[in-house]
Amino acid sequence: MKTSEKAHRNGVRLFFTGVGGQGTLLATRLVGEAALAEGLSAFMSEIHGMAQRGGVVESSVVVGRIHAPIVGEGQADVLVAFEPLEALRALNRCHAHTKAVVSTSPIVPFTVAAGQGTYPNLADVLKTLKEKLAGVVALDAEALAREAGSVRAANMVVMGAVAAMEVLPIGKSTWDACLKKLFPPKLYDLNQKAFDAGYAKGRL
Amino acid sequence: MHELLTGTRGEKRFLLGNEAIIRAALESGVRFVAAYPGTPSSEIIDGFAALGPEIGAEVEYSVNEKVSVETACAAAQCGVRSLCSMKHVGLNVAADAFMTLAYVGVKAGMVIVCADDPSLHSSQNEQDNRYYAKMAGVPMLEPATPQEAKDMVRAGYELSERYGIPVLLRTTTRVNHCRGPVSLGEIPQASLKGSFTKDPMNLVVVPMVGRKLHLKLLEKLSALQEEVERSPFNTVEGTGPWGIVASGVSALYVQDAVDELGIADRVGILKLGMTHPVPERLIGDFLSRMDAVLVVEELEPYLEEAVRVSAQKCGFRGRIAGKEFVPRAFELDTVKVKEALSRFFGVSYEPPEIFAVPEDLPARPPNLCPGCPHRATFFSVREVFGEEAVYPTDIGCYTLGLLPPLRMADFLICMGSSVSTAGGFSRVLDRPVVAFIGDSTFFHSGITGLINAVSHDRKLLLVLLDNGTTAMTGHQPHPGVWLSRDGKQPPKVELETLVRGCGVQNVAVVNPLQVKKTQQVLQEMKAAMKDRGVSVLISRSPCPLFERRVLGTKQKVVFQVVGDCRPCRDDLARLGCTAFVWTPDDAGEACVRINEVLCGGCSVCAQLCDGIKPKKLTA
Repeated sequence: MKTSEKAHRNGVRLFFTGVGGQGTLLATRLVGEAALAEGLSAFMSEIHGMAQRGGVVESSVVVGRIHAPIVGEGQADVLVAFEPLEALRALNRCHAHTKAVVSTSPIVPFTVAAGQGTYPNLADVLKTLKEKLAGVVALDAEALAREAGSVRAANMVVMGAVAAMEVLPIGKSTWDACLKKLFPPKLYDLNQKAFDAGYAKGRL
Repeated sequence: MHELLTGTRGEKRFLLGNEAIIRAALESGVRFVAAYPGTPSSEIIDGFAALGPEIGAEVEYSVNEKVSVETACAAAQCGVRSLCSMKHVGLNVAADAFMTLAYVGVKAGMVIVCADDPSLHSSQNEQDNRYYAKMAGVPMLEPATPQEAKDMVRAGYELSERYGIPVLLRTTTRVNHCRGPVSLGEIPQASLKGSFTKDPMNLVVVPMVGRKLHLKLLEKLSALQEEVERSPFNTVEGTGPWGIVASGVSALYVQDAVDELGIADRVGILKLGMTHPVPERLIGDFLSRMDAVLVVEELEPYLEEAVRVSAQKCGFRGRIAGKEFVPRAFELDTVKVKEALSRFFGVSYEPPEIFAVPEDLPARPPNLCPGCPHRATFFSVREVFGEEAVYPTDIGCYTLGLLPPLRMADFLICMGSSVSTAGGFSRVLDRPVVAFIGDSTFFHSGITGLINAVSHDRKLLLVLLDNGTTAMTGHQPHPGVWLSRDGKQPPKVELETLVRGCGVQNVAVVNPLQVKKTQQVLQEMKAAMKDRGVSVLISRSPCPLFERRVLGTKQKVVFQVVGDCRPCRDDLARLGCTAFVWTPDDAGEACVRINEVLCGGCSVCAQLCDGIKPKKLTA
């Protein structure tokens, strides 16, 4: 638990952010299932409802000896962002030792399309994140997922990178077993491939 | 077989709080479930609806929460264990039934799950429903985790049956939508078949019976007082001069905060899981061992008041605090609790540096989906009635019509308030009043308001947004649905007939995706509104998400801008579809492009602009 040693003694807090339809909740659940399979304690929190109408979707997992399932300001040991603008918006959840995985494919909010605000420059977003945080893996999850067979597996590309950072005491074989458990047979191969593609990119 | 019906004793699953509640009800032999959906409780009724047929359970999507409590208590009266679930404000609707059901009681166990929503993640208020347990005089359990939710539902049925009283399980969003390890038990056989023994002198609450039953309730409460003093859900952890009292998820924040502040050796935590009746002696005993006590709870000072009462009774002279240190609005977290503990106990604590989020980031609010028929309705109504009209609205996806450019929401307090408040507005204003209500919300609590408006001859137009489902909470059915997995079918209760039955003379039905025709009908209705009386426009077009998911209907076209959109630019801007992308043309003027991935294919924009044409989607 490299990250957690710096932050606190008990475990790891992961904060997930993305946009409705990106598979944020399934990715969050994968961490919970994998932690449980390793014999660790895990709690996960999700927000349903209004967020599904094109809004921000936030969720969290805590692994180890942590009781509360949500991540407050400055508490995220790991930031998992499925969209770069949302990564920046979650900066207040992070601390100086936070490690992040950021998918670099922007989903431009309709407010920008309607002329209310500008989408920030991607290079600037990543620069800010890298300046503040202890480590940032930025990857084009959509492109890697497309190579693996479907853009819809972009969430598993991101999770592969999270697994490779080794901030969680969960072995690769456990991740793989949980992928097999979580996906129906016809979707498993695609998602495992996507996960492995992210895994290869995730070493800091 | 449904996943929640499988698994053997001792097996651990990673379950959502709401799934844990379902599993516990199954393990308790529940066979009658009734609910109106509402975030964060909806997964309970949806899960039961999916598995009910496999076990012969009756699972009812009730018309509203009051009805759900009434049908379920009848089953419990006949010896069939029953469950109701609702969001916190649902208990307001059910309160009439709930209060007197506490008097009349039940024969078989009945648990009412009410899900509070601190921080208003998807609610209109953050009322603290713990006071309902106190007001009605029913036992209340407050879980902190999915496992506790499961244990408490099981204990709740035992308690309910032993005392012949419904039990309130008060959850919060962070329990309903928390996923954690849950240990399974056995699912016993049970039956939906009940039996009823006539006993009007105990079951029909005329004043004479009510007086007797109130005394009986007070007796039950004294017995429950003994029960709560030794409840296994109320525990003390740690010893020391500093005391903390907490319940529900707040207790989890306390555990982590105490740990991270490194004060575990100085702190005793009284974690309360059964919080009505209040365990006064247990609290008094805890106080007697403490110098100072902080009560950590979300929302109202429910426990703080109880602790102060206990302190007065046991003569505690130490310091007690709660809401002076712990925020009263919005949910807590470990960081907020660390702050409160450090201030109250005088522990040094350096809050971590919080990185500022850049202020100019574009917002990403939820919005009506591209292709949503509500957008088309709002657009046409605004074209006809303009800014002059007052638009009371209601609760559902269409509340999002609030956002610019539509801005079609002027007043809202609760389910059903659109039409009733429209009646009030119309009587004191000299402006047109046009109210909006969804089909499911109309059945839930709009009908009475409509009858009221008709009987008082109010001058208003009610637009009934009929998309054939309860869309906002996840496409649950309601009495007027005309779409099912088998295709289109006549509804059980036909809206048009119902509205006419309420006494409305002027009723029209339109498809809002036909823009010209809709606006023509609206013009006619506007003209008719010069006289007194209520008009109703049923604006009928299925929720596209629902249609695709349930009927498997494939989208056939998307629309694209092929010509000059400048002449219709203002119209398109007022429509404000979320699939529009405004990009500058060669001359630097803003022009519409359509994001084809997002386009729902509703054709409304093409009816406004000749430069927009359909493009066939190839399968």
